[in-house]
Amino acid sequence: MSETNKKQSASSGIEWYLEKFSSFENKLNGRFQSPIHEIRKKAAGLLFGMDFPTIKNEEWKYTNISPILKFNFIPSVNADVVNVTKEHIDSYVFNDFDYHLLVFVNGIYFRELSRAENLQDGIIIDSFGNLEKNNPELLKKYVNKFSIIDNAFNALNTAFAYDGAVVIIPDNLIVEKPIQILFLNVSEKENLLIQPRNLVVAGKNSQSKIIINYRGAGGKEYFDNIVTEILADENSVVDFYKVQKENENAFHIEKVQAVQKRSSVFNHYNFVFGGSLVRNDINSILDGEGIECHYYGLYLTNKKRHVDNHTFVEHAKPNCMSNELYKGIMDDESRGVFNGKILVRKDAQKTNAYQSNKAILLSEKARLDTKPQLEIFADDVKCSHGAAIGSLDELSEFYIRSRGVPEDIAKSMLIRAFASDVIEQTKIEELKEQLNHIVFEQLHRKEVTNK
Amino acid sequence: MLSIKNLKANVEGKEILKGIDLSVNKGEVHAIMGPNGSGKSTLANVLAGNKSYEVTEGEIIFEGKNLLEMEPEDRARDGIFLAFQYPIEIAGISNATFLKTALNEIRKYYGQPEIGTKEFMDLIREKSKLLGMDEALISRYVNVGFSGGEKKRNEIFQLLMLNPKLALLDETDSGLDIDALKIVANGVNLFKNQNNAVIVVTHYQRLLNYIIPDFVHVLYKGKIIKSGGKELALELEEKGYDWIKNEEPVEQNL
Repeated sequence: MSETNKKQSASSGIEWYLEKFSSFENKLNGRFQSPIHEIRKKAAGLLFGMDFPTIKNEEWKYTNISPILKFNFIPSVNADVVNVTKEHIDSYVFNDFDYHLLVFVNGIYFRELSRAENLQDGIIIDSFGNLEKNNPELLKKYVNKFSIIDNAFNALNTAFAYDGAVVIIPDNLIVEKPIQILFLNVSEKENLLIQPRNLVVAGKNSQSKIIINYRGAGGKEYFDNIVTEILADENSVVDFYKVQKENENAFHIEKVQAVQKRSSVFNHYNFVFGGSLVRNDINSILDGEGIECHYYGLYLTNKKRHVDNHTFVEHAKPNCMSNELYKGIMDDESRGVFNGKILVRKDAQKTNAYQSNKAILLSEKARLDTKPQLEIFADDVKCSHGAAIGSLDELSEFYIRSRGVPEDIAKSMLIRAFASDVIEQTKIEELKEQLNHIVFEQLHRKEVTNK
Repeated sequence: MLSIKNLKANVEGKEILKGIDLSVNKGEVHAIMGPNGSGKSTLANVLAGNKSYEVTEGEIIFEGKNLLEMEPEDRARDGIFLAFQYPIEIAGISNATFLKTALNEIRKYYGQPEIGTKEFMDLIREKSKLLGMDEALISRYVNVGFSGGEKKRNEIFQLLMLNPKLALLDETDSGLDIDALKIVANGVNLFKNQNNAVIVVTHYQRLLNYIIPDFVHVLYKGKIIKSGGKELALELEEKGYDWIKNEEPVEQNL
């Protein structure tokens, strides 16, 4: 292959999006003048010099993103192209508890079906688009301040940052209700590029629970390319639940960047149920003493789906702990990747860092590539990691069947048992039950399709 | 009820059962005793259908059916119950859900409707009371965080709930203190009637003080080398196993 050909094929995806940039700018109206637009333009400039990652890149070694490059996705700027009703929304949100609700359709805020009224003093629960119009200076304080642009995907998200969920919690506020954010995606006519740009700022001593729920509602292939920035300020507690059940033909890439300050607690829950090609980058910088960071992950894969979870915890200061528990249930010819990196900087003495990654392969053709990466530069630390890949325990299956329970139900009970120590970490009881239900439903659907 | 003829079985290629003959009738309690490694647990597991054990020869007829052709769940539905030596923990599934699922599968097999919630709860209350079990255990996950004694008691609780025709108790007494042993034995005695049968697999005689066997069989190196009445158990307790190790296997005709 000649040098010019190579370059063309590698950057054709980027060129398509750069060509779309000026028409995107035209749709910004007044926002064209906002300080946020400076951030977008800068990102577009960076994007210009980038290529989408290939498997030659160590961070993308097991995840070939070329299926995404087969499509010329159209940036989504309109929510009302699809007909979405309250009944629709109700079937996707988690229920049986009180919550604030932000609804986004194809990545664009859907005010009519959102419910974020009677808010506690000082809290902002709004859309990126609204805030850019109404309070761009506030938004500018945080956007792209925690996440640095380090690949073409997050450059693309930043260049086209248009809408997303923004939660800003003032100091000392205990947020009473969980904040639920639904992203409902339906690519009816075009292959859409949906790019939520989310921001959570948890003030000092605040406590909050956020559920962010990505759902596909049928339609064509779309690409959900997300960046979520989170600041957990001093002594705050942030429980962040991500539930992802995109269409089976959808592409889903998210970068989560959390920055934690002294004595904060950040719990990230990652439930992966959908998507054909999924990549999650979940990164935390522990930038203060006495910080706790917990990552819990559960992924169910089947068919030829591909799910890549990359986590990165950076211990920058002493006396912090991080703990990671990821579990996968993989069937058919699905592929999984788990790459867990822990970096302990020289100053970060008395660090406790644990990582556990387990998967059950239900089929001989399913495959998981797992790579723990511990980089430790301090000398007084406790770090451990463990990985286990196996199949369902035969003796346990025999135990259940010996009580009269048929094989398929015995298996799904064992899968539920395997998944339970992740789901059990969920602190919202009603959510726990509904997650269990999704797990069962997902497994049941498989039985039906097999028959 | 149960007829075992010339049963041979392997575990990981090694022959453990080397030709077992045993008949069990309704209303009987049989004790299978023997030193460690004699094949007692293997026999119990083969009867319940554990596929880690490979049957190489012989037959097992249970209530007129060829047991060796049946899946474990079908054996259970037809009335075989194995109380495990090491009960399995199942996180995320409560005892109640587990038992209700099992009970309904068995009822479905007999063409009966699913058990009603009240009927089920009444049954749970009745049976757990018999065993002095804390009702709170019912809503806990199956055996998760249970002590050794609680796990064994839970096996007997399942036995009472599912009410099979043939109960196999695999070393149910191991690891139990005397109070727990009495409770477990009491549960088994409450289960026992003229229409069912019990096979107690045990290393020690002490459980047989509370569950009185009609027959005692000594298993050694994969064969039954001696059979007798309940007094045989006492004799074994007194003398150990050494004195019978040289005996020829017995032909059993009951």
